[in-house]
Amino acid sequence: MPAELTPAELYRQMLRIRRFEETVLAAFPRGWFYGTTHTGIGQEANAVGVLGLRKPGEVVVSNHRCHGHYLAYGGSMTALAAELMGRATGVCGGRGGSQHLIDGDFYASGVLGGTLPLAVGMALAERRRRQLVIVFLGDGALGEGAVYESLNLAALWSLPVYFIVENNRYAQTTPIHLHLAGEIPARFEAFGIPVEECDTTDVSEVGDLAEAGLGRLRRGSGPQALVLHTYRFSPHSRGDDLRDPQEIERFRQRDPLLVQGARLRPGDRRSIEAEVEQQVREAFEAALAAPEADPASLTPALENGA
Amino acid sequence: MTTVVASLNQALRRSLASSLEVMVLGEDVLDPYGGAFKVTQGLSSAYPQRVLTTPVSEAGIVGLGVGMALRGLRPVVEIMFGDFLMLAGDALVNHAAKFRWVSNDRARVPLVVRTPMGGRRGYGPTHSQSLEKHLMGAAGLRTVAASALLDPGPMLEAAILSDDDPTLFVEHKLLYAQEIGASLDGGDYLVESAGERYPSLTVRLAGAPAPRLTVASYGYTAGLALEAIRRLAYEHEVFAELVAFTQLIPLRLEPLAQSVRQTRALLTLEEGSGVLGWGSEVVSAMLEELGPVFPARRVSARPLPIPASLPLEQAVLPQVDDLMRAALSLNEQDRGGPTRHSNG
Repeated sequence: MPAELTPAELYRQMLRIRRFEETVLAAFPRGWFYGTTHTGIGQEANAVGVLGLRKPGEVVVSNHRCHGHYLAYGGSMTALAAELMGRATGVCGGRGGSQHLIDGDFYASGVLGGTLPLAVGMALAERRRRQLVIVFLGDGALGEGAVYESLNLAALWSLPVYFIVENNRYAQTTPIHLHLAGEIPARFEAFGIPVEECDTTDVSEVGDLAEAGLGRLRRGSGPQALVLHTYRFSPHSRGDDLRDPQEIERFRQRDPLLVQGARLRPGDRRSIEAEVEQQVREAFEAALAAPEADPASLTPALENGA
Repeated sequence: MTTVVASLNQALRRSLASSLEVMVLGEDVLDPYGGAFKVTQGLSSAYPQRVLTTPVSEAGIVGLGVGMALRGLRPVVEIMFGDFLMLAGDALVNHAAKFRWVSNDRARVPLVVRTPMGGRRGYGPTHSQSLEKHLMGAAGLRTVAASALLDPGPMLEAAILSDDDPTLFVEHKLLYAQEIGASLDGGDYLVESAGERYPSLTVRLAGAPAPRLTVASYGYTAGLALEAIRRLAYEHEVFAELVAFTQLIPLRLEPLAQSVRQTRALLTLEEGSGVLGWGSEVVSAMLEELGPVFPARRVSARPLPIPASLPLEQAVLPQVDDLMRAALSLNEQDRGGPTRHSNG
């Protein structure tokens, strides 16, 4: 791991995501938001472990559960909060909402599987610049046919794309044993895509694997895959959790923040917590104070609309 | 004279030559085969790095095109038969049509998806359809249709090189072998063009009385409409004017509204089925623009799958005679005579 990614820094980045999403879920009943949201509380080690290593110009493609990826990418927490609130200052001015974040080299969209061909197409473009694409997908997306067309094309043309599977063991409310046959790594092996697999919530472990994978891609390899077995403590969206609370509690024992927090001196940890608390509070205060998106700002869907 | 297929091929060639960002992807596009309808013939020999043959993966390759376009390329994706576009519906509707607008104009999707549509070749229910209407309701996606009345090459080139939004470029299969402009040659017609990148043509018989009927159409059926207009004049002394569209959506009201203001009668002709079709949209838009001051009819395919047998296919797809019947019926109604319904 690069020197700047100290244990404290990794903890700080994960905590920013955690506290942002906890605040979102807590504030929903207060009417701050319109629509819905998907949080990834418990999955922070994946976003930070992989994207903490991202270099400028490397492209990120994410899905409906994208807040953590966006913050780990370096996106503005205030703009993200504002986007969720439909404010003019949001990442997309309120046009995208929680699951459609488009900003610089970051692209998230809400239809599962459909983002995979996009990521492979981006890799075809980025290869010319010697850049690469990192795309996140969940176990649920593995049910979509477009995923396998994408793996085939990425392998066939040896494109610089890193497939990161976050297997949180549920597609919305459906447990993996009811929606997935076979093994996840075998899906990549079938196309000749090198794949690594890890059941961990340790951000350093994720980071070590991602560092190796990204290193191969930066040296000009074809597609790579990383399967991370993870767990989300939060519901799929808001009020739709039917899982056994004991199961959730069992996974909470290996909460990535507990794992990483144990590596810090208590005083250091507390000062990071205070700092993050303030950041999150300021982000939401700024978003709340921002103007609502204005219908007068709606432009035609095509440049030459007529 | 140039055929439609040659002009489209040259447009692709010019686009590849003028910008390194242009890439062409599709199934079986490599030489010596050069694509199922030969539009890409010779391209892979001239530009082997930028003309890629793909697996049979329509969802994949259109999605790839969206990703390429988002990252600065100007991809052209060929879908071998328009029917297969349904496989790429997610890429077109949920991705291509969304990114620019949802991103508040931070992203651009300069993607062209070209595809042959249409029947009259006996290919049956899944290789003969005109399905563009199913995509015309997706805001953020432009639909353009080639015809043989006006050279489609420069339009394709503009869509590839100049248009920063996604374009569905529809090519009827029977157009490929047609000579561009042949039916308008010889001075029999007065032709006016309106619009720049994807113009509409207004066509009427030279030296004829003022038209009392407007026919709106596009693509291959615009040629059928021209034939019907000639026969209506010579066989029935009914004079009509054609407005042939190139850009189908967004729908431009002019020059059609101008024509209907004069003729006060409107027929639409399309090869797809009529329910919720392009003609329905055109008639509705004209009603809103002009008020209920004109009678209208829609001529289209019958609401059936397209059968393979020649007589069955002919019975399902709209023919010149169907348009003439509708025109004569409309003409009678317009003059207060008995109303008779065409099969359109």
